Amino acid sequence: MIYNAPVKDIRFALNALADLPAICALPGNEDCTVELVDAILEEAAKFAEGVLAPTNRAGDAGAKWSPDFSVRSPEGFKEAWQQYVEAGWAGLRAPAEFGGQGLPALVSTAAEEMWCSANLAFSLAPLLTLGAVEAIHHHASEALKAIYLPRMSTGEWTGTMNLTEPQAGSDLAQVRSRAVPAEDGSYRITGQKIFITWGEHDLADNIVHLVLARLPDAPAGVKGISLFIVPKFLVNADGSLGARNDVRCVSLEHKLGIHGSPTAVMSFGDEGGAVGYLVGEPNKGLNYMFTMMNHARLGVGIEGMAVSERAYQKAVEYARERVQSRAVGSPEATGVAIIQHPDIRRMLMTMKAQIEAQRALALYTAAALDRAARHPLPEEKARNQALVNFLIPIVKGWNTEQANEITSMAVQVHGGMGYVEETGVAQYYRDARITAIYEGTTGIQALDLIGRKTASENGVTARALLAEARATADRLAAAGEASLSANLSGAVVEAERCVAFILESFASNPRLAAAGSVPFLKLMGIVLGGWQMGRAGLAALSQQGQEDADADFLNAKLITARFYGEHLLPQVSGLAAAIVEGAESALALPESAF
Amino acid sequence: MKVLVAVKRVVDYNVKVRVKADGSDVDIANVKMSMNPFDEIAVEEAVRLKEAGKATEIVAVSMGVKQCEETLRTALAMGADRAILVETDAELQPLAVAKLLKEVVAKEQPQLVIVGKQAIDDDSNQTGQMLSALLGWAQGTFASKVDLADASVDVTREVDGGLETVKLKLPAVVTTDLRLNEPRYVKLPNIMAAKKKPLDKTTPADLGVDVTPRLKTLKVAEPAKRSAGVKVASAAELVAKLKNEAKVL
Ligand SMILES: Cc1cc2nc3c(=O)[nH]c(=O)nc-3n(C[C@H](O)[C@H](O)[C@H](O)COP(=O)(O)OP(=O)(O)OC[C@H]3O[C@@H](n4cnc5c(N)ncnc54)[C@H](O)[C@@H]3O)c2cc1C
Ligand SMILES: Cc1cc2nc3c(=O)[nH]c(=O)nc-3n(C[C@H](O)[C@H](O)[C@H](O)COP(=O)(O)OP(=O)(O)OC[C@H]3O[C@@H](n4cnc5c(N)ncnc54)[C@H](O)[C@@H]3O)c2cc1C
Repeated sequence: MIYNAPVKDIRFALNALADLPAICALPGNEDCTVELVDAILEEAAKFAEGVLAPTNRAGDAGAKWSPDFSVRSPEGFKEAWQQYVEAGWAGLRAPAEFGGQGLPALVSTAAEEMWCSANLAFSLAPLLTLGAVEAIHHHASEALKAIYLPRMSTGEWTGTMNLTEPQAGSDLAQVRSRAVPAEDGSYRITGQKIFITWGEHDLADNIVHLVLARLPDAPAGVKGISLFIVPKFLVNADGSLGARNDVRCVSLEHKLGIHGSPTAVMSFGDEGGAVGYLVGEPNKGLNYMFTMMNHARLGVGIEGMAVSERAYQKAVEYARERVQSRAVGSPEATGVAIIQHPDIRRMLMTMKAQIEAQRALALYTAAALDRAARHPLPEEKARNQALVNFLIPIVKGWNTEQANEITSMAVQVHGGMGYVEETGVAQYYRDARITAIYEGTTGIQALDLIGRKTASENGVTARALLAEARATADRLAAAGEASLSANLSGAVVEAERCVAFILESFASNPRLAAAGSVPFLKLMGIVLGGWQMGRAGLAALSQQGQEDADADFLNAKLITARFYGEHLLPQVSGLAAAIVEGAESALALPESAF
Repeated sequence: MKVLVAVKRVVDYNVKVRVKADGSDVDIANVKMSMNPFDEIAVEEAVRLKEAGKATEIVAVSMGVKQCEETLRTALAMGADRAILVETDAELQPLAVAKLLKEVVAKEQPQLVIVGKQAIDDDSNQTGQMLSALLGWAQGTFASKVDLADASVDVTREVDGGLETVKLKLPAVVTTDLRLNEPRYVKLPNIMAAKKKPLDKTTPADLGVDVTPRLKTLKVAEPAKRSAGVKVASAAELVAKLKNEAKVL
């Protein structure tokens, strides 16, 4: 199962659409140059293709739990992890002061795509570890940072997120795990967590769990949740590993996909209480989670796009090989490779166009994350933070919802061979399914989008982005791309109609706005993806004249942009009609009628 | 001991090259370029010698267009200490490369030069041999094992009949074969560090070398397409065909 990292397209998106040179110029990014990023992409591609991708299939056989509460990772994962750590990839965006490289989110996001395409289940271990590093770095005391960050930044130890409990999934206010102060200043944690990704494994010497729990005097609801570090092995004063902590993985889930990633049921305090250390202040746990949520949700958006890319590559490969049916309209009776059939072309283009749009939008968002963190001007910082806040639920929700469709299409290209496991494409389809569920379901992303990200700022960012898309449509018209321009500007008009509806209905009857929230999220994804494809088309046009221009690549980009305009953007009208006119019927039936 | 390695920028081994429409050359515009795989093995070997405490400094040299800098940065990321680019847009044939290397060797005074046995673009398999002749140094070509001592090096060579080990007096030239080692994956911190390692530039003129090609390319063409095979009914028929049609028996 060959994976070819799409370095050319990544580089195009980084430079032409996400303005990598400007990100390298931000204060604190002095070490980052376009040439360095080129070298990093090349080597990351080699690593993803040569080390991670070959382990993906074996991972599908799953991790194995033993009654001694240990978990054996799938064949090849441990060696791959070791190589990953030795090669220093774990530290790509980890803070430099703790042994990472501190590279911009834009660069690490580009590399993360390759890890996720190569082996989605594996890639969750480093992504979660980075999330934990970020949380500890921003919120924990210097003493805790000194103990945990150096070894987490290098990947010597991994990290987890212990949020979910049986009664607390989307609604984390329901968290019940308890933390009781101990005399030595630490805490004793008891409770059960479920669905904990890489909660137990044999890749690394220690696992650092970040756990949400309640203090005895905590207020009810979201304002009473604190965040704790609970290591699998306690750490001695000299940094060596000490006693096994009172936390264990009591079972693994059997699931639809990402079998290579153990999903653990974690039990804390069966023998009296797991030792935990408070991160930051009491009762601020959920706030702390929110500060790292943008990165994590962007990461899952990348996962969705990345598994789509892998499935697309597989579909292209199969379509070139599979001979079936004569070419439509041809007098020749002999069969042809199915890639010649118009319907297969349509499917491949639908996959390709969306993946490229999603990659561009995700990298654009990553660049905004970097600007929000490092821009010297406070107003630019704030503007970019608003962009990030608005775009994250879209990138997360849209990329992952489409991953289900795109990987399904890749199965379809394979015909019957797609449905049986032999070709491997079925694994991508199964693996993709989780991405629209964890780290906040699409429904939760959509509520966030219409509420906090649209209504509560009166649609300012939504309208600003749509205005930019309209400006791009105007430039396309001036450049002679009449059809793409018309499709994009038409979609912008529909999107503005929906923003107005969301604002109005959110104020008057939020149930109506909520009924259209997921269609609204998808609509914004399609329009903003179209905006990026429009920008890509303009960039391709302007580069076409240059010396050394890659004519084939630029031509393909332009055609893909036009296809996006003709096949994806028109979907906006249907979604808009459902959002603005369809809420009543969605809610009209009494509950008893279902 | 100082070790010099030469690295060439070539079309990546995954790329299917196409012949230019006018038949003058292969088309390398916008295709992926990488370090010649045999040269990667050369760099890897030098780095291993350094890690084993046998080499003290590794100098990587490349000759060609400005973009060869990227190839040199890869060598630096793999573990070379410094790099030299002999920059020229001219077509470089093996003899010119060997002459350039000879001048670099005169300046740098390495005890060991490691180069790939050939480059995967023109497959010439000449530079190492020419260099050793120009320098008057011993040569150990097609190395599958290199055992370095203070004043000599044992090179196990892959030859048609199997393996042959030669003992060379230093200084010497070694050319690498595929089985010498497996090049490492470059480490991220080393990519970052490579940026800060010294990379000096010079030109053929500075080195006093005339690189004018001695050979002229007349025409470049795709290999003939393989014609369809035939099924034979029996072993006897196969033997007859091999004898009478293919004339290989
Ligand atoms: C493989 C896997 C790995 C995971 N990894 C981790 C991990 O590492 N750490 C961790 O803490 N958790 C993890 N999770 C848990 C994951 O984050 C939750 O499953 C997810 O947040 C959804 O919660 P839930 O399963 O309780 O679903 P529910 O919250 O019960 O949701 C069920 C349905 O109701 C909808 N819904 C719920 N509330 C609303 C609302 N207000 N409005 C509209 N719709 C609503 C949802 O969108 C969904 O469609 C993982 C889950 C899985 C399956
Ligand atoms: C679980 C399972 C059960 C099955 N049960 C049976 C059974 O009981 N009996 C039986 O006989 N068969 C059975 N089949 C076979 C099934 O009917 C075929 O897999 C199906 O018809 C598709 O054929 P294919 O797999 O060869 O795909 P292909 O024909 O190779 O199709 C591959 C792709 O190319 C497309 N394509 C092919 N030709 C054209 C064209 N001219 N124009 C446009 N697109 C084209 C297809 O739409 C598809 O997307 C079963 C298959 C499975 C997976």
